[in-house]
This record gives sequence, structure tokens and C-alpha cells, in this order.
Amino acid sequence: MKNKKKPPGRKSVSYSRYGYLFIAPFFIAYLIFSLWPLLSTFYYSLFEYTTRNLRTTISFAGLKNYLSVLGISEGERGYFLTYLGNTLRLWIFNFIPQIILSLLAAAWLTDNRVKLKGGGLYKVMIYMPNIITAASISLLFCALLSKYGPIMSMLRSWGWIGENTDIMLSKWGTGISISMILFWMWYGNTTLLLIAGMIGINPSLYEAADLDGCNGRQKFFKITLPLLKPVLLYVLVTSVIGGLQLYDIPALFNVGQGTGYMGGPNDTSTTVTMYIMRLHTTDTGRAAAVSVLLFLITLAVSLLFFRVFSGSEEYEKAKRERRRRRAGRKGGGSSEG
Amino acid sequence: MKAKTGAGGLHGPTGRQRLLRGAVMILLCVISLIPFYLMFVNATRTSNQVQSGLSLVFGNNLMNNIRNFEKAQEGLGITVFKSMFNSFRIAVPYTFLSVYISSLTAYGIHTYRFRGRKLAWGFIMGVMMVPTQVFAIGFYQFMIKLNLIDTYWPLIIPGMTTPAVVFFMKQYLEGALSLEIVEAARIDGSGEFHTFNTIVVPLMKPAIATQAIFQFVASWNNLFMPTLIISTSGKKTLTMFVQMLTSESFRTDYGVVFLGLSITILPMLVMYFILSRFIVEGVSLGGVKE
Repeated sequence: MKNKKKPPGRKSVSYSRYGYLFIAPFFIAYLIFSLWPLLSTFYYSLFEYTTRNLRTTISFAGLKNYLSVLGISEGERGYFLTYLGNTLRLWIFNFIPQIILSLLAAAWLTDNRVKLKGGGLYKVMIYMPNIITAASISLLFCALLSKYGPIMSMLRSWGWIGENTDIMLSKWGTGISISMILFWMWYGNTTLLLIAGMIGINPSLYEAADLDGCNGRQKFFKITLPLLKPVLLYVLVTSVIGGLQLYDIPALFNVGQGTGYMGGPNDTSTTVTMYIMRLHTTDTGRAAAVSVLLFLITLAVSLLFFRVFSGSEEYEKAKRERRRRRAGRKGGGSSEG
Repeated sequence: MKAKTGAGGLHGPTGRQRLLRGAVMILLCVISLIPFYLMFVNATRTSNQVQSGLSLVFGNNLMNNIRNFEKAQEGLGITVFKSMFNSFRIAVPYTFLSVYISSLTAYGIHTYRFRGRKLAWGFIMGVMMVPTQVFAIGFYQFMIKLNLIDTYWPLIIPGMTTPAVVFFMKQYLEGALSLEIVEAARIDGSGEFHTFNTIVVPLMKPAIATQAIFQFVASWNNLFMPTLIISTSGKKTLTMFVQMLTSESFRTDYGVVFLGLSITILPMLVMYFILSRFIVEGVSLGGVKE
């Protein structure tokens, strides 16, 4: 027994050091090019950068940058909160229709009773906008929807909109347009994720429900939705985190003519990352403070997700399983050692 | 009662459902395509025609628009094709680094039982959600110190650190690689890295291909980091070129704007329809996390 167990044990010891060599490039690069910049962003956020006569002086400022971007210190507008509000507004009006349509499309495309012809083609088509360069898409819609663009001109000639209607001058016109672009770009992606989740559900559950005389709606709400919870949470979290970093679409959609100023009208479509970009050339300290706040919010969202997720049954089951396996291995290990 | 007859497969209600659903899905496909179609149509029309309203029929002003586009381009210090080439020059090494380093890392964690293995995996899972934008300021200052601002290195090196790709590769290895193959290679006297390059990498080809597509697209479509790093006109990427299309010299002529956009979108569109099967499959795989 002991002789039998020894050779693989010895082998794994002699080879295991290769593990470090294999993972070293990733970890070294991550420490240098991601973790270090992250820590230094924290550090920069504590300093005040003032530029006078082309000379920048740097002095320790404590939490002053945070107080000013949050609008707590005197005479400062809380731009961070305004832009965070913009970001969340643009995100939510994209997410609500997105999740509804995605659930519907995914349920239809996985329904075995009403089989749709050409399911593969539908998937290819609805996912397509997601892969096209977001910057180009943003400018495309900007050109299509601008005051003298083809769509507005047509609506004007039909008398559907007034002579001076211009969505670029309207907060909600611009905001809803951006949300709709995001919705159009992302619902295909969400649909594919939900389809993958729905295919993973044990078909015998549906057969049992059929025997009990459940209708399609009951099956969707009582079986599909509850079992889809992990995938839905995953979709939600990746969407929130992605939404918080929103940059390409709002940066190009409403750019002031002549001024080149982004985020119009009146900064109502300026997002947090656009704010970071705007600050970074003039005020590293504040740009860093905004980055840190964005990081903390992202972190909070992820932690909340794991908290909610760890409360779910599947997670508990997996944890129990892991513990059991670990206990089993430990037992074996102790007999070896 | 009614539900039962439906489930029984009576042709009536199911057939009507199929018709309705099919119609909605076809409508969604049309909505996906129509903005691009309008873009191509408007690229062939004069600015006045574009401003007079929508048309689904191609115009005959394409050559004129091309000439005007070339003229407007002169003031930018870079041509659209040069910017595309620049994006390509960044995306190829970025993609290569991303899939190769991620495969190395995933294989290292999957195959070897070293101390701290769990911790390493936990770290990768933990940083998977950290977006680049939150440390861009620190990254920028660091690149200034290294004197790498306005070079492509800061856009290529981050390819080494793509935890989501590591995650995907490890998931794949768990299903595709049995450790007996590695053992057998050892008995044959193959070194560990030799085994990885000659046996494991070919085994991982499907996963590498999928992830390579996504990483290439991610790099190609990136606007935030290039805007931060690149300042010389001649070095600008395609997305930065698109941003320049918002400037005054283009805006006055709608036909030219649509033509410019068509040129920037066409390569991606063609690539998508060639590789769509892998891409759609890849998205579905990425979602099966549990």
C-alpha cells in the first residue's frame, strides 16, 4: 500500500515547481502593470495638482480631492455624483428592456414544443451589433439621428416632429437614444447567455410539469426563472460593471458642434469614465480620486453579487461537496505523511 | 384543459405561435441589419439627398464621396487605412500575448499541485471583475515614467493580463486534457514546456481560436486606452480615427461621414459573417460558468 502510493507522490513534488514557472508571466505582469497602477492611483488621489504658468506643483491634500468631486467641500459641485447618476440612467434604460426581450427571445429559441426554423441564423443576427466597433456605431446613430440627418428630416417632412426638434438639444432625447443603442448592441449577447443557461436546465423537470398539466407560462415562471437565477445574476453583474465603465457610445454620440465638447446637452450624457478622461490632463489628483470611487463602487457591486449568490442553494451544495472532498483528501494525505 | 391540447401538439395554436414568434425574430434580425444598410446607402448619396430624408435605394454619388473623403482626410494627418493598419499592429501581438500567456497560466494551475495554487486561482477569480479604467490614471503615470507614452507598448502589454481568458482556458482544460497524456509525454522524455507547446497547445486549439477572436475584437474596438496613450496623428488607431470624424471638416458633408463610417465598419462586418459560428458558440460557452 505504501509502496504503491509513494511514486506519484514523489513525482508530483518534483514537477510541482514547474507550476510557478507557468504562472509567473501572468502574475509578474499583473503585479507590475495592473496592481501597481491600481495602488498608485490610490496614492495619486491623495495629492493636489495645481498648474500655474505651465508649472505643476504637487502637494499632499489628504481626502480633499474626494471631498471636492463629491461636492462636500465648499464651493464645489459634486460632479462625480452627477455623472454617476447620468451613467446609471443611461444603463438602466438599456437594461430593463434588454433583460425582458432577452428572456423572451431565449425562451422562444429553446422551446422544444414550438420549434423555430433557422434558430442559428437568428442568434448570429441578433448578436452581430455587439461585435462592431462601438465608436463607429455611436457616430452612425449620431449621423442618422442628428437634426439634419435622414431620419429627422423625414419625420419633419411628414410633419411628425416640429421644425426645431433636435434630440441633440434634449437631455431625454439624447439619453434615451444612447440607452437604445446600448440595448440594441447588448440584448443579443444576453440572449445567448440565457440560452446557454436554459439549455442547462434538466429537461425532466419540464416533462414532469407537462404531466402535471402546467402551461407554458407556469413552466417559465416556476421552473425556468428560478433555475436561471445564477445566470441572471451573472448577466446583471457584468452588465452593471460594464455599464459603470460606459465610455465609447456617450463620448461620440453628442459632441458639441464647434466646441467639440462631449456629453451634451449640458453634460447630461457625460459618464464617470468621460469625467476621468477630462480630468486626467489637468488634474491627476482628482482624476485618481474619481477612479478610486469608481473602483470602490465596482467592488461593492461584485461583493454584493457574491453575497447574494452564496445564499443560493446551488452554492451551498457546491460548498458542501467541496468540503466533503477536501476531508476525503486530507484523510488520504495524513496516511501518506 | 386548453394547455393540455396545446401540449398534445394540435396543429392550430402551435402553428400560430410559431408564425408569431418567427415574425418577431425576423423583425429583430431586420433591426440588427437596418442601421448598417442605411449607412451603406447614405454613403452613396450626396449630402443634400441625405438631408432630404431616408432612402432604401443606393445613390450614385459614391465616387464623388470618396474624392471628398480623401480631401477631408488630408487635414487629419492620417488616413483611414493607416489607422486600420495601426489597430492591426496592436491587436495582433495583444491577441497573441493574451491567448498564449493565459493558456500557460491556466495549464500551470490545472496541471501542477504546487503550494499556493488555490490562492493563485482565487486571485485570478478575484481580479476578473476589475476593469482597466479604474487604474488607467496610475497606468498612465507609470508609462510616463517608463517613457512609453505615445508608443504601442502600453496597448500591447496588457494582453499579458487577461484573467477572464485564463478562466475560460482553465474551464476548457478541465474537460479536454487528461493528465495521463502529460505523464506519457514525461515518460517519453519531453520537457514540461516542450509538452505544453507541442501537445497541450494543439489540444486547446478550439478554445484558443475562440478567445483569440474575442481578444482581437476587444483590442480593435478599444477607444479609451488609445485615447489616453497615443497623441501623434500618424500613430492613431481606427477608433481614434472614428472620433476624428466628429470634427467640423466631416460634419458638413453627410455623404462623406457615412462613407467614412462604412469604411471603418466593413472589415469587422465581413469578419463577423465569416467567423460568426465560432463567435456565437464562444459567447454561449463563456456564459456557462457554473
